[in-house]
Amino acid sequence: MMQDPANLLVLALVLPVTGLLLTLVMGGRYASRITLLLAPLGLAVAAALVISVVRADNTLVYYLGGWTPPLGVALRADGLSAIFILTTAVVIGATGVFARAEFRVPPGQAETRTSLTFWALLLTLWGALNLVFLSNDLFSLFVALELLTFSAIPMVCLSGRAETLSAGLRYLLFALLGSVLYLLGAVLLYGAYGTLDIGLLADRVRPEPITWAVAALMTVGLMAKTALFPLHFWLPPAHAGAPAAASAVLSALVIKASLFLIVRLWFDVMPALMNSTVAQILAALGAAAILFGSVLALRQARLKLLIAYSTVAQIGYLFLIFPLIARPESVAFAAADLSTELAATVVSTSAWSGGVLQAVSHAFAKAAMFMAAGLIAQSLGHDRIADLSSIGRALPITVLAFALAGMSLMGLPPSGGFAAKWLLLTATIETGQWWWALVILSGGLLTGGYLFRVLAPALFGSRESVTLRAPPARYREVVVLALALCSVLLGFVRLGAFDLVQIGRLAKAGMGLP
Amino acid sequence: MINATTLFGLSSVVLVGLGLFGLIVDPQPLRKIVAFNLLGSGVFLLFGVIARRGAGAGLNSDPVPQALVITGLVVAFAATALAVALLLRLFQVTGQTALDEAPPPVPSVDP
Repeated sequence: MMQDPANLLVLALVLPVTGLLLTLVMGGRYASRITLLLAPLGLAVAAALVISVVRADNTLVYYLGGWTPPLGVALRADGLSAIFILTTAVVIGATGVFARAEFRVPPGQAETRTSLTFWALLLTLWGALNLVFLSNDLFSLFVALELLTFSAIPMVCLSGRAETLSAGLRYLLFALLGSVLYLLGAVLLYGAYGTLDIGLLADRVRPEPITWAVAALMTVGLMAKTALFPLHFWLPPAHAGAPAAASAVLSALVIKASLFLIVRLWFDVMPALMNSTVAQILAALGAAAILFGSVLALRQARLKLLIAYSTVAQIGYLFLIFPLIARPESVAFAAADLSTELAATVVSTSAWSGGVLQAVSHAFAKAAMFMAAGLIAQSLGHDRIADLSSIGRALPITVLAFALAGMSLMGLPPSGGFAAKWLLLTATIETGQWWWALVILSGGLLTGGYLFRVLAPALFGSRESVTLRAPPARYREVVVLALALCSVLLGFVRLGAFDLVQIGRLAKAGMGLP
Repeated sequence: MINATTLFGLSSVVLVGLGLFGLIVDPQPLRKIVAFNLLGSGVFLLFGVIARRGAGAGLNSDPVPQALVITGLVVAFAATALAVALLLRLFQVTGQTALDEAPPPVPSVDP
């Protein structure tokens, strides 16, 4: 069955959907077991996918039903999608183990509504994410995005409290605006170029007014879904109100899917449109997100809201890659000079790797942080930052995990976040765009500030003893610690990740050179 | 005298404009949901016009957009159903259907 590694793409989609169908048939009693059974299988498929992409040193393509575009629909995995699929599998698996304590049905007790819905939503979300990372035509991507939204929003309102309902509704309205703008863009593209396949579009798209309109519509639509400043208002209440396991997935993975699409849009669908003005605008929004999100995070009174605002800020870093990959004309290299051309490729490579490393290490760190905050809230009965004094003594493993994840967010060596920010920083210096370096550095300082607000009293508080309502299960703390460690250890494997990102991309990056 | 394709195209532009205006400006969630449907209808109508023009392969009328519009309609219907269900639930719990500007503070304890 595995003669053709492209079958892995289908398997990555079929696994979560099979799990969803089984869950719906067998009911909430078996739901957690089905997910936990599928998680290692999904991880194995994701790992095999990464290995196959590396071994083939090329993209894997699967034509559904053997029909090739423009008539058929293709699935495609390059290095970037393989990395995201692996990250998704790890985070979903860890979330499954973490959530088992909350959402399984204990023997001898009746099923609850959430014991079925949580697992069904988690599996749908997983399938939708894999579909976003693998689809190669804009309409399948629309369907995948919608599937993702429809599974993410009920997760926000799982508890059914009034404030989570209004947070979910607000999220949904933003997401609907985003998806309909995206669809309008796709429709206009089809009208102009007669195809929705990304590969075919890349050849046909020309920089003309209709394409600019499409680019603007789709980018704004996807920005609303990614919660990039200034369209971020829905994120903090939604992510902070959801159950800890759900917030972890939402913050770590769901917003990355629409971000992944923005990247695909500008670098794969419309490489002809990318210029320094666009890149500077996108990065300026990212910079505003970093500063604004971090300052607001500093002012939050509750731990989960602080982490949610930190997500708003960390998304901003990912938008800084645009001007670093698309070199501005102001530092144009002599076209004929091969060595400077090579240098330019190296810079854009390090920006790519930095961006992807930031996305992945943020995914692990943020999932760990939300889960740690969930454990803290559950053990103390509250998550007011002012009253977290000395909890390091009562919950050493959880607070250690929180601190390690925070280290990665701040960008302290040797974490994955450090490697990411270092790569981005060197790229800003080498392209002569020092102003983005300032943003990266001040963002790191602010991150340090808001995490210090939490960690300093938690570790060095003067309170003698902390009474816990209920100590968390040890295995849940270990899962959180493992995720935080993943985020830190990424700092050591950056040379391996370096090559993988470029697979299926280097040819195109080379084309963009003058 | 303008031909039918242009007329439908212009109608879709009007629908998109009205829907977008309502979705952004109107504070009432229910009206936002209606505006979303208006906007969606405009997009689907535009897609129909594009099908009529035969964008793909110079056909007389292009079947691909029609297949996509059907899928889009299903997605928009599901979205509307989800939004209305959320709104109804919000009304049952709080007795109001407005999303106030300042979100209420999020309580700390999660189940």
